[in-house]
Amino acid sequence: MDSELKRELILENFNNPVNKGLLNDPSYIKEDKNNSSCIDHFTIELKLEDNIIKDIRFDGEACAIATSSLSIAISKLIGKSKEEALNIIENYNNMIEGKEFDKNILEELSIYEDVSKQPARVKCATLGIEGIKDLLKK
Amino acid sequence: MNREDFPFLEKGIIYFDNGATSIKPKCVIDKMNEYYYNYPSNAHRGDYSISVRSSAEFEKARETVKDFINAKSTKEIVFTSGATESISQAVYGYFKNKLKSGDEVLVTKSEHASVILPWFDLENKIGIKVKYIPLNDDYTFNIDNLISSITSNTKVVSIAEVTNVIGDIRDVKRITSICHEKGIKVLVDAAQSAGHINIDVQDSDVDFLSISAHKMLGPNGIGVLYGKEELLEELDSIKKGGGMTISFDSPKEIVYKELPYKLEAGTQNIAGAIGFMEAINFINKIGIDNIEEYTCELKRYLVDKLKKLNNIIIYNENVEGSTVAFNVKDVFAQDTAIYLDKHNICVRSGDHCDKKLKDELNITNTVRVSLYFYNTKEEIDKLVEVLNNDKILEESLGV
Repeated sequence: MDSELKRELILENFNNPVNKGLLNDPSYIKEDKNNSSCIDHFTIELKLEDNIIKDIRFDGEACAIATSSLSIAISKLIGKSKEEALNIIENYNNMIEGKEFDKNILEELSIYEDVSKQPARVKCATLGIEGIKDLLKK
Repeated sequence: MNREDFPFLEKGIIYFDNGATSIKPKCVIDKMNEYYYNYPSNAHRGDYSISVRSSAEFEKARETVKDFINAKSTKEIVFTSGATESISQAVYGYFKNKLKSGDEVLVTKSEHASVILPWFDLENKIGIKVKYIPLNDDYTFNIDNLISSITSNTKVVSIAEVTNVIGDIRDVKRITSICHEKGIKVLVDAAQSAGHINIDVQDSDVDFLSISAHKMLGPNGIGVLYGKEELLEELDSIKKGGGMTISFDSPKEIVYKELPYKLEAGTQNIAGAIGFMEAINFINKIGIDNIEEYTCELKRYLVDKLKKLNNIIIYNENVEGSTVAFNVKDVFAQDTAIYLDKHNICVRSGDHCDKKLKDELNITNTVRVSLYFYNTKEEIDKLVEVLNNDKILEESLGV
């Protein structure tokens, strides 16, 4: 994907993220996630049924990389089994840390590959997805 | 001004985060190295000549701070790790023992976490009440609102002399005079004002004042709590340990040293104090009034230039301090900061430890440019040139 398309996808998901707004439904589990070095903040809700992710929602305020990466991750992870989701998250985190990863598993999420070269953005790119990981491990 | 004295500036980085910390002149770094190389001993402990020297330099540093803020005596100058510890020492060591449930402490919503949190904690622990002096529409301090906020229960006013986001300069002398008429104590955080404007604690008559060295060319981990001698005499240090006592035989038989030593437990940050002294000497050489005048001029220059751009919202344009808080329209503050970093410009984004101010600004985050005397108009030109771009968000992404 060329840079222009990557930017478009990021900005689209930043300006119009999917599933923004919390339901406060007791069938969801919930987690607050803060970035200690900046102001990024998300509250994430996740509904797991028969080991399948039925829904993920979020609210909060964060930068373009944090918000867009969470939005894209939500689109990708809904419908996946817990194990499939954790595998995607592990590959994603490896990519952000500059380690080896499977691009085919990540699909659109691989647009953040260059984040590994920007130390200031690493925490932004992993904040939301780490929140989802915490919820899956609860 | 004096750019040649700052080795860091040779890196070509534009440093606009002086509200967070300042960069250091070579003389401060050299002075601390000299201590570590040549007389790295404890102060007030040894009977050998290098310890005598470190004690003498440490006390000379105290004398230098005393003169810098025009305190009456070195007994009123207590070294701490920085303004945060200074404020906590005053709140927990003095006020916690003096205040009772229902007593009121006045702050504003533009205060730093280091000012607000200790009082919140006392509200939780002993039932004092933290109240807010309403700010003006431009988020600056309003002296009439101070007067109307005072009740018979008001015991303390705790504010910064210059706030870290809005940057307005509060008239400490007038505030103190109003408060003292009603028996109210005044605790002023000078973390943002020291090294920027003249401080005279005898003239302002402030009761307690906190300073961090690192925001005024000095090293990290050293600061000062100023307190009037009679108040410090009643302050029960939050730290207990070596160096503060003459003798101790049992809990009932502890003999403390005189001020300020009874408030300085443990091995002190000697290199820090010596570096702090050198920083003050450096500032004195330039002249504090020259620094204030020049940074104000820089701020005006920056505001005038930013106002010509149509993508910038400024939150504190009429404030006389050296800070500009702004946002680029439709760009999250952190994205702007990361974009500027790609152009080697360091600014702060976020809430700047000022979590209550968002109630007033109706926004959580701002970009903050905080200036000091080594900044230049050329650096501001560069910042404005880089901000004059309608693709800031796109270019911040790094993909």
